[in-house]
Amino acid sequence: MSDTSQGTGGLAFDKSKRQWPNEINVFGALILIILIFEGLGAAIMGQSFLFDSNGRFDSIFNEARLKIIILQVSIIGIIALGVTQVIISGGIDLSSGSVVGAAAMIAMSFAQVAEVNGSPNPKAVFGPAWMDLPIIVPIFVGLAIGVLAGMVNGMFVAIAKIPPFIATLGMMVSARGVAKWWTSGQPVSFPTESYGMIGGGMMPVVIFVVLAITFHIIMTQTIYGKHTYAIGSNEAAARMSGINVGRHKILVYAIAGMLAGLSAVVLTSKNLTAQSGMGIIYELDAIAMAVIGGVSLAGGRGSIIGTVIGALIFGVIISGFTFLRLDAYYQEMVKGAIIVGAVVLDQWRQQRAAMKA
Amino acid sequence: MSDIILETTDLTKHYGGVHALEGANFALKKGEHVAIMGDNGAGKSTFVRQITGVEQRTRGTVKFDGAEVNFAGPIDAREAGIETVFQTLALADDLNVPDNLFLGREKTKWNFLGPFRFLDYKAMRDDTMAGLEKTAVKIPNIKNTIRNMSGGQRQCVAIARTATFASKLTIMDEPTAALGVQETEQVENIIRTLKEQGESLILVSHNMRQVFDLVDRIIVFRRGRIVANLRKEDTDGQDVVAYITGAKTGAEFEGAA
Repeated sequence: MSDTSQGTGGLAFDKSKRQWPNEINVFGALILIILIFEGLGAAIMGQSFLFDSNGRFDSIFNEARLKIIILQVSIIGIIALGVTQVIISGGIDLSSGSVVGAAAMIAMSFAQVAEVNGSPNPKAVFGPAWMDLPIIVPIFVGLAIGVLAGMVNGMFVAIAKIPPFIATLGMMVSARGVAKWWTSGQPVSFPTESYGMIGGGMMPVVIFVVLAITFHIIMTQTIYGKHTYAIGSNEAAARMSGINVGRHKILVYAIAGMLAGLSAVVLTSKNLTAQSGMGIIYELDAIAMAVIGGVSLAGGRGSIIGTVIGALIFGVIISGFTFLRLDAYYQEMVKGAIIVGAVVLDQWRQQRAAMKA
Repeated sequence: MSDIILETTDLTKHYGGVHALEGANFALKKGEHVAIMGDNGAGKSTFVRQITGVEQRTRGTVKFDGAEVNFAGPIDAREAGIETVFQTLALADDLNVPDNLFLGREKTKWNFLGPFRFLDYKAMRDDTMAGLEKTAVKIPNIKNTIRNMSGGQRQCVAIARTATFASKLTIMDEPTAALGVQETEQVENIIRTLKEQGESLILVSHNMRQVFDLVDRIIVFRRGRIVANLRKEDTDGQDVVAYITGAKTGAEFEGAA
């Protein structure tokens, strides 16, 4: 075809300029990390990390470990889906962990049963009129708290023009305050049976997967996704092109908040209790998942698929350390190093791309 | 006077006490290519910014396509049919060519979904290909992001917007200032293509050779005022430089600056 012709303004087709989807690199990293743990497992523990070595024949995988890995990452993964959108739009959300705490406490208060084993609910927050409510009420409350917090974040960023780092840092502190103030630090427990089913069994995984697919479609196929990338890529250009940047940012933060709220609902349902300390450091774990998955902190680049693979890498590493019987203290130290390492890698990738262009 | 696409009368812009643009009377015929020249700070970019609605003028009128217009912003101007290629390219680096061409005016389907309505990628890709063909711009892969393109290719993408949206007037603010020799040539070829297709153009440029190569008429600005309106045939480089530096002032503009 005309690929190689030199017409007016002609440019030869250059294979080296063809783009290689970043997700493939991230997926390669996932495989590599699994192989490292397999190697270490064989060398140190004398057993396989992910593959079953117990002589069973129904499956070659160590299903128990796989389930734990996926279950572990899915609740924070739900938050990471929102954080991914915020980072792609050129922002950052440090408040999601605390929003989980606040939404968990308040939503759980609307999910309580009136009677526990024949006596009144010892952890009751409201009077009996507010007990045994239909399941939709606590879900709605949880999502609403998240949306509210997200909208406040978004308005500070978009209207007051405060750096996202500061705006969401403020929300991080305030929302944690709300979580503690709600019951003066007392846990909220004894939810209705139906509420307990939201996060029961492998439900968190199902919810995470459905949301990941939904937001993958939204980010790649809809005008919302396109404008999110455009704003993170070149905010001035987006504004000049007629995009209502402020309104769009509020929407992005509100969606991120909603996902944090939903994550709180799933988490409290899974644990059958809400505590004011819930979700501490979740925001950093979620950011780590996104960054590991190739979402650029500079904005404009990354994808939901990348974040999902990033979440799996995150889960595999944590599970791998447990498998190698490393202390939790070491796990935290290494987690910090992984986040910084992923950002360094991103910087390096950007510099290399800039040199190629 | 229906063959006049753009006419400004007494167009003036003051920034506080600074008179950046003073009483500019200017007319552009349909299909005409006009260059605007002048020293730095002579008022060229200020003039462009008043026409495209990036800034609000202090005084004067702008008539576009037969009607008086008051653009509230560059988006209004674009909707009316004025496409501007800005000095700083308004492109999103992480988006590909069709996405950039259609940024802010995407073709969508299932519009009942509001902000989550779906993009009609195929329609946008087809229009992009048609626009690139019209301007004879060749880009190896329109699915590549702008980040991976050379300066010339980026400029071509910015210019291709004009052709894609069947605009009535194209304004280019120093489109080749940051480009190499070959890339400049590409851009100039596109401008020639636009001429053949009867597109009206205002070209802000410092490059004398380029101006004489491409346009029909040269307007010279000095210290915020128009000091010369020269047909290409009646002038030469030295003459234009004399106007730019102030050694000469056009007879009809006597006393202007």
